[in-house]
Amino acid sequence: MPEKLLCATADLSDTTAKIFEIEGVEIGVIRHNDTVVAYRNICPHQGGPVCEGLKMPRVCDELDEQKRSVRQSFDTTEMHFVCPWHGWEFKIETGEAIGDPKIRLSRYKVIERDAQIYVEV
Amino acid sequence: MTMPQNPLNYSSDADPAIKEFDTTKLLKNARKQALERNYKDFFICDVDSHHYETEALPEILQYMDDPVLRHLGLSAGNVGRAGLIPQAIGSQDMAGRVTRYPGRSKETVPPTPHRDITLTRRWMDALGVDMACLFPTPMLLLATHPQPEVEVAMARAYNRWLCERILEEDKRMCSMVYLPINEPHEAERIIDEFAERKGVVGFLSTGYLKRPIHDNANMRIFSKLEEHGMPLGFHAVYNWSDSSLSQLNKFISVHALGFAFCNIIHMTNWVMNGMPERFPKLRTMWIESGLAWIPFLMQRLDNEYMMRTSDAPLLKKKPSDYMREMFYSSQPMELVDNREALEVTFKMINAETQLLYSSDYPHWDMDLPSTIYDLPFLGEQAKRDILGGNAQKLFNLAPTMSEWKLEARKAG
Repeated sequence: MPEKLLCATADLSDTTAKIFEIEGVEIGVIRHNDTVVAYRNICPHQGGPVCEGLKMPRVCDELDEQKRSVRQSFDTTEMHFVCPWHGWEFKIETGEAIGDPKIRLSRYKVIERDAQIYVEV
Repeated sequence: MTMPQNPLNYSSDADPAIKEFDTTKLLKNARKQALERNYKDFFICDVDSHHYETEALPEILQYMDDPVLRHLGLSAGNVGRAGLIPQAIGSQDMAGRVTRYPGRSKETVPPTPHRDITLTRRWMDALGVDMACLFPTPMLLLATHPQPEVEVAMARAYNRWLCERILEEDKRMCSMVYLPINEPHEAERIIDEFAERKGVVGFLSTGYLKRPIHDNANMRIFSKLEEHGMPLGFHAVYNWSDSSLSQLNKFISVHALGFAFCNIIHMTNWVMNGMPERFPKLRTMWIESGLAWIPFLMQRLDNEYMMRTSDAPLLKKKPSDYMREMFYSSQPMELVDNREALEVTFKMINAETQLLYSSDYPHWDMDLPSTIYDLPFLGEQAKRDILGGNAQKLFNLAPTMSEWKLEARKAG
């Protein structure tokens, strides 16, 4: 698979995805949990720029020992891309849709070499 | 008291998704879809889109006759709208996740034309929409205002402002203007005042009414609409304080059920009281409840009607036969894992002639034209009719194509 150079490692952020265009296709790249992930910037729902929305943690319902609802909380160990068009959420780590893990963002293999970031396309 | 640690704000104004908000950028992928699908080759009309009229409230109030109500609205700037327009509890923006809500106010526009025209044109051009039927947003709840005179005054002022500042200025925009059905006499006056105005293609009933739609007091309204050849739209809304919805504890629940329930109530009254027989030339369009409710209601009403025809003596055919002659806007179309059900729905409602594409943009559950164009069970002509041709017929529109499409055609 051909590799495409995207940027220097130091140019990547862990808060905001950087968007690259390769042969007419936009790819969102972000540092996440000490690795770098890259996804096509197209939401499988209606095509929104999914990597350009907010990054939000999973929302959890907390129940007590009697399974009564206590409160909601954020689980910051599981961060999501939120598509800005309609709010569909995807795990940044895997690209799986929260509502249906069979639906996934299109992922690219990332290579980090000599302080440079490449993707296989 | 120990205050909790300052929680992270995941949708702060500093986030690039909000700070640098621009409609054209947000919708760049929609524009790609428009190019890939050759929307330049045909007319697309969006029959249900919105603006946030309260952002222009000081302008709108200049068109209000009642000086005391005008003062009420202007005295506290936009805060004054609390006295004029009912406020909805809800989370349309998904706590900031849908960035066009917090971002909209930061978007820059040139001094002319009107800000609403610029913002509307930006999303229309991105989606490939040539003409849009523009509706208000907070005013969709105006019919629930406890003071009927406020509803009438706001309706008239808004309609005047919309006609003069928006519809007169841009022939790509039209509207079914606000009809205060709660006050039948005033509703008749509104029809007389606005039926012939440029860009007015019908009249709109919004949400829940104080009296049922079939109330005898309303008959002159429907006669007048019929005389003018103007369609009547029923734009659904949710009302969380409605007794049947008040047990729902989540916004998703009240939104999913509330919109459909609103039109189910009006449609049931409309059909079972024989309104289509009383006003056979009055065309109705049922807006923003998705499509799944229609087969459900057709089946329920037909089944009961065949056992209890004496309950609905004005009917000369089954309820579904009347419903199949009405018009429906498409959004929010139920698209997840139900292709077969959707195809059956299209057949049951005669979608090829009765369905009209709507985006509901900029609201959170908006649909792109590709939701229609990509359906595998529709032929090319049916797609084009649903996306624009059916609206052209219903509203008797002179199609105005967007500039970018005309230029793209010239360029081949």
